[in-house]
Amino acid sequence: MNDASVVAEARAETQVPLATIFWTFLTAGAISFGGGVVAYLREYTVSDTKWLDDEAFLDALEISQTLPGLNAVNMSVIIGDNLRGIAGAIVAVAGLVLPGVVVIMGLGAFWQAQSHNPQIKAFLIGVAAAAVGLLSTVTLQLGHKQFVKPLDLAIIAATFVSVSILRIPLYIVLVVIGTAAVLLYRPGAKHEVLQERARQLRERLLHRHYIRLRH
Amino acid sequence: MAKLFNLTWVFMLLAILAVGGGTAVLPEMQHMTVDQFHWVTKGQFRDIYSLGQVAPGPNMLMVLLIGQKMAGAMGALVVGLAFFLPDCILTLLANRLWVHFKDSPWRAAVQHGMAPVAIGLMLAGTYAIARLSIFNLTSLLIAVSIFALLLWRHINPALLVLAGGVTYALLPHVFAHLFPH
Repeated sequence: MNDASVVAEARAETQVPLATIFWTFLTAGAISFGGGVVAYLREYTVSDTKWLDDEAFLDALEISQTLPGLNAVNMSVIIGDNLRGIAGAIVAVAGLVLPGVVVIMGLGAFWQAQSHNPQIKAFLIGVAAAAVGLLSTVTLQLGHKQFVKPLDLAIIAATFVSVSILRIPLYIVLVVIGTAAVLLYRPGAKHEVLQERARQLRERLLHRHYIRLRH
Repeated sequence: MAKLFNLTWVFMLLAILAVGGGTAVLPEMQHMTVDQFHWVTKGQFRDIYSLGQVAPGPNMLMVLLIGQKMAGAMGALVVGLAFFLPDCILTLLANRLWVHFKDSPWRAAVQHGMAPVAIGLMLAGTYAIARLSIFNLTSLLIAVSIFALLLWRHINPALLVLAGGVTYALLPHVFAHLFPH
């Protein structure tokens, strides 16, 4: 037996079967009601199966958030690809969306048949109103760091006003504000250096206070 | 055929613009599918969004119903592929190239710069759904109390969303019962 075949055999032994990947993502896709798919994925792929460690998961989340598209779907592509290449990515995404596709098509048929039912209509209005509360919480939690930074708050406000009030097309908003925002944070940007210095100073002061308090 | 073609390019465009996820692209989706192409009415757009909330998995699977309404099963398939495939391919490429730009200083610049833009877009998406669903005291109270509840403690959001729907559907009957004319 030569080295290459030993390596190939070891790989085949440690490879996660495609059916297992599919089943895992199918479960995550089936039980994650009301969003929060990423939390389920973390539990299944990091805590339960140990397919990846926390750092690899955070790397995947970072890529997913920077790119366009739904986080959960992008995460599935990355985890599937890391486990079994393109085939892994395909079965992961297929598993994730399959339960939702079946349910949403069923709900859609029911909704079209009941389009004049005032109770159903009222129920759906209430669901949308509830979603507003949920979306507000999610936005606040995701942006808690950005909302307290003046520069970030200005970018948030400019984006919101451009889309919601001025009704500027999204691609223009993304090109103009997105480019400006990235340039404001460009490597070696002055305010970043200043901010970093201010942060270090604050930390030193805090540290000094802390020591003084302890004595 | 023209219908399928329009569905394809609109949802491919929306997929590429979905920086910050599904919520971020909701205002543009509403603008294109309701105002520009008249595929659905405002009320139908809200209903379809709500159906996505009560289905498992990613909420944005609701886009399938816009395709279904316009062109049946074929429409749903076309919209599903157009809305999901471009971002999957982009992510696959980025994942393969990640090692090359993981340590680039520009990666941090893109991440830091785009984070507040994504938050602003999510606010805009939330505002769009609010405009469609909050038009009286009851709906306002549902939104505010769920916001407060979730800040107070972690509750399964699916239960709260269902509770919001049931509350809105039943409340008029409860009032009619409590205060008969």
